[in-house]
Amino acid sequence: MSPLPPTADSQPTGGRQRSAKVFWSQFVYIATGNPVTLIAFSLFLLIVTVAIFGPSLAPFDPLASDAANALQPPSWKHWFGTDNVGRDVFSRVLVATRLDLLISITAVAISFVVGGFLGMLAGYYGGWWDRLVGRMVDTIMAFPLFVLAMGIVAAAGNTVENIVYATAIINVPFYARVARAEVNVRRNAGYVLAAKLAGNSDIRVMALHVFPNALPPMMVQVSLNMGWAILNAAGLSFIGLGVQPPTAEWGIMVAEGANYIVSGEWWMAIFPGAALMLAVFTFNLMGDGLRDLVDPQRRT
Amino acid sequence: MSIPLLDVRDLTVEFATRNGIVRAIDSVSLSVSKGEILGVVGESGSGKSVTSYAVMRILDRAGNILAGETVYSGMDLAHMPEAEVAQLRGREISMIFQNPRTALNPIRKVGHQIEDVLHAHAQAAGANLKIAAIDALKQVRIANPEQRYHSYPFELSGGMCQRVVIAIALACRPQLLIADEPTTGLDVTTQKAIMDLVVDLARERNMGALLITHDLGLASAYCDRIVVMQDGEIVDQGPTKELFANPGHPYTERLIRATPRPDSTLRDLLTDRDDSASSEIPAPATQASSEVLLDVKNLVKTYPVGSASPLSFMDSVRRKVARTPAETFRAVGGISFSVAAGESIGLVGESGCGKSATSSMVSRLIDKTEGEIVFDGVDIGAVPAKDFARHELRSAIQMVFQDPTESLNPRFTAFQSITDPMRRLGGVTSTDEAWSRAERVAKQVGLPAHLLTRFPHQLSGGQKARVGIARAVALNPKLLILDEPTSALDVSVQAVVLNLLADLRQEMAISYIFVSHDLNVVRLLCDRVIVMNAGEIVEQGAADKILSDPQKDYTKSLVAAIPHFSS
Amino acid sequence: MSGSRLAIVGHRLLQAVPSVIGIIVVTFLLTRALPGDPAAYFAGPAANEESIAQIRAQLGLDKTLPEQFWVYVVDLLAGDLGTSLTTGQEVTDDILRRLPASLELTLAALIFSIGVALPLGIMAALRENSWIDHLCRVVVTAGVSLPTFFTGLFLLYIFYYLLGLAPAPLGRLNILYLSPEPVTGLYTIDSLIAGDFDTFWASFTQLVLPAVTLGLFSLAPIARMTRAAMLQVLGGEFVRTARAAGLSRRTVVITYALRNAILPVITTLGMVFSFMLGANVLVEKVFAWPGIGSYAIEALIASDYAAVQGFVLTMAILFVILNLFIDIIYTLVDPRVGIDA
Repeated sequence: MSPLPPTADSQPTGGRQRSAKVFWSQFVYIATGNPVTLIAFSLFLLIVTVAIFGPSLAPFDPLASDAANALQPPSWKHWFGTDNVGRDVFSRVLVATRLDLLISITAVAISFVVGGFLGMLAGYYGGWWDRLVGRMVDTIMAFPLFVLAMGIVAAAGNTVENIVYATAIINVPFYARVARAEVNVRRNAGYVLAAKLAGNSDIRVMALHVFPNALPPMMVQVSLNMGWAILNAAGLSFIGLGVQPPTAEWGIMVAEGANYIVSGEWWMAIFPGAALMLAVFTFNLMGDGLRDLVDPQRRT
Repeated sequence: MSIPLLDVRDLTVEFATRNGIVRAIDSVSLSVSKGEILGVVGESGSGKSVTSYAVMRILDRAGNILAGETVYSGMDLAHMPEAEVAQLRGREISMIFQNPRTALNPIRKVGHQIEDVLHAHAQAAGANLKIAAIDALKQVRIANPEQRYHSYPFELSGGMCQRVVIAIALACRPQLLIADEPTTGLDVTTQKAIMDLVVDLARERNMGALLITHDLGLASAYCDRIVVMQDGEIVDQGPTKELFANPGHPYTERLIRATPRPDSTLRDLLTDRDDSASSEIPAPATQASSEVLLDVKNLVKTYPVGSASPLSFMDSVRRKVARTPAETFRAVGGISFSVAAGESIGLVGESGCGKSATSSMVSRLIDKTEGEIVFDGVDIGAVPAKDFARHELRSAIQMVFQDPTESLNPRFTAFQSITDPMRRLGGVTSTDEAWSRAERVAKQVGLPAHLLTRFPHQLSGGQKARVGIARAVALNPKLLILDEPTSALDVSVQAVVLNLLADLRQEMAISYIFVSHDLNVVRLLCDRVIVMNAGEIVEQGAADKILSDPQKDYTKSLVAAIPHFSS
Repeated sequence: MSGSRLAIVGHRLLQAVPSVIGIIVVTFLLTRALPGDPAAYFAGPAANEESIAQIRAQLGLDKTLPEQFWVYVVDLLAGDLGTSLTTGQEVTDDILRRLPASLELTLAALIFSIGVALPLGIMAALRENSWIDHLCRVVVTAGVSLPTFFTGLFLLYIFYYLLGLAPAPLGRLNILYLSPEPVTGLYTIDSLIAGDFDTFWASFTQLVLPAVTLGLFSLAPIARMTRAAMLQVLGGEFVRTARAAGLSRRTVVITYALRNAILPVITTLGMVFSFMLGANVLVEKVFAWPGIGSYAIEALIASDYAAVQGFVLTMAILFVILNLFIDIIYTLVDPRVGIDA
């Protein structure tokens, strides 16, 4: 195997402090390497932009009703038409992006941290920890997850925060399992033993040696879960939990539009549904790209 | 024997990979006659396996036979339609692979797998299928073939699985057998048994055989003629004896020299081409003092069974056979030995003998169950493994691991891997100091300084091995435990690494515990040898004496299993 | 060997017990350990002080938590899930009455899902980079992105409104027809048993769209796993041995590859069931299907806590049974199960 040319970071600053410049060039390399990844990242950027600037981009006030103009099909004035009380569907779809994204990102972040941490402990220490975490994960997984989310929201109260918590709880098992499996596999790897021989305490070994290598597969999970979390949240609002009218949120908009689609007024439900689909699709595609970014073996 | 059974002419194979088209083999020509055993020898990447896959037409989808012919009994297999080639496979030409466990369908009884082959080639039908299958098992000398017929692969040992694989391959009495590294991964004694079986059956049936291996010793012991491959080309070939007496190509010479033999010395392994300055200087002689560095007394390690314990297959079989409902598995059953300062000890045994558990306990990676481990006067066995990282003696005992790829953190550069112990235990705080020390130790192990900023996947096998050694000696340990450090390396790289280890030992006055299954290699580097089996010490003594005059039966069988060179 | 297989099956059954215990505890906590006054929840939003106090005494909510739990368990064992606020009936009766509808829907969706996904995944693996492989990949990527409720509405719009092919989403059976004699509770099967083909056709056409909707989402993970497992097995070493031994393509694909590849697919079914039981709720709302999913939605809106609790419990127990079923099938197919492998 012929050796490869030296990398950019040949300066004697050690490889540890990866300069921002190197990270960026790595990012560009991965993003442009695969057209699918490029599309996914671009869409993601689009969605994030809309989420951040949504309210300012919306041509109409998403809450402003206009009974005279109710149930208008898509036109040049109202790109996505108007709903049953005359609100502009396009504006509502734009504004809903922020809410849906916020809900899912928060939920996934919580479950990633909690699940990842617990899974790591279970995988590394085994024994008592493993049994405890296993029991907890099994209990959650004993329920069909959406049903459990319904139960939690019903019990804790019909608020948006509880949607976030319920979604977080039902996602913890995924992260716990992946973290546990990845840590378990690496626990007895040569370099982990070498790290112990080098005087690293258990905690240092876990944090600096095992976990960074377990990260790539967990990142794929994060992206896939994002999509799933969005679907969950939208599903809960579709059946009337969490978000209340007149808030603009994709799930609730589809629910409101459901009543009218059978009589032909399709734009109320189709557009928010399509937006939902697009967001989930983007996150699913990003899964591969994220893994490539974090995995050193894909570097130049 | 004049018309060859298999005649390969100018075979060229290409693969379509991510990085473009790669030529795996180029204009390879060889022939095998009836009753002849041809050895194809080469290191990793030589293309020896690709050649056999191409002959059998079982190349990957990405592989393509670009040019050449593979003529078997007058038919050109390379250009035959797949349906016709499929008829020949198993019936005329058979192949066996390495990793016998994974070569068998895990959820199908072995008897049925043999029947599948018989059925596919219409060799038997109905009730005769079972009889023929059991007969095939008898031919490969499996005990209790009628019962083994009903076994699943996971119930059999590695050696038994390989026998089943051979049974499947030979069930339809093919004319030609291709064996691709059939003994890699098997214990030394099992290796000999399997090779003897294959060769016996081949001779008995007057078959032609193609043996592919990286082990020159194996090839010389069993093959009539040898073909040497390097980087996809044949560089040398000829009758075995002649090839060894007069190697035609410098690469052959290098391989021959690098393969440890009962009478070679460390320096013999190297040739002028090797990048080692010390090849001029004679190898260091034994330099053990009388001062005891490590004293192990009655060391015992037991594992609880039923949880995630490293329960080896053989012991589960043993337990089933003995019908003992043992709750614990005794990996190490009370051993005692000592290592003097500057001494190099070999710890030898087959898989499951307890040598790995012993070395893990001595290096304090796992806790002992009973016994004493006294190092430099301190009872380190009494310190729990998880606390030893902070012990003052941590830096004095270090380890070099077997698989250079798996023993380096894929996210650390070579520099980071080497300096991690320095930062944790050596009191190095500034980056400049880390760099100067890293460069110094890199020089010691012969690693070019510009490779320090590379990641493991950008280094070759030999380079990774050097990084692992550099990391281990970075803090001047008193005792270095080497766990099969060269078994994953090509033989020419192994020669260089072994010499490096010998030189380091002299320069830094380290004691070695060299764990291995390869007696020849152990003899080169060690003063004394300890032979283990089933958790007990069978025999110990001076390295040369153990090899030349073993006392115990087990040691005798180990020594006898080493393939003999026919030079 | 069959003796120990039986032992393993028995072991799996026992392993289900902690899950059931966990489910009971969690469902108990969900409705009793709430912020606020549980009695008020159970009494309903229209209750006054007096009826709340009445409910509290009636449900034993004034006792300590462990005592309440004991009562809860005892009631459960007797099959008593409380009384529904909205229907006024026993929750158990409500659920039992509506369960067959959900079962019929889920079963139909499962048959559709597996019936399409399995062959798709296998063919995609056998013919890499062919049109069927690309189709499989598109189906998988798109499938996991489809919100079930959206798909249902979309299909309704196309097939009911635009094309007029599907019947109105008004439940299981057009009111013109009488439901068949209940044998299994599944209208399609029961009408076939009774030999009433008109009713069969009517109930079948009502079933198609909801079943396809529910099945579309689970199509994706099954197809993906089938394809991936087949690819991995086909590239594996024992398949190489089989090919080198000259076994016919059919034998290699079916006896060697497929039987091994099916194992991870069976495991995936667990996740698929989890999803399906949840998505049931969404589909039932879209198509006005009178199963326990729509029952739960009505209960949620009316804050009928006993009904919601009963629903969660039922779904969870159902899930445990389905998982057990999967585990047992897996044990029967894979002879390595039970060994410390």
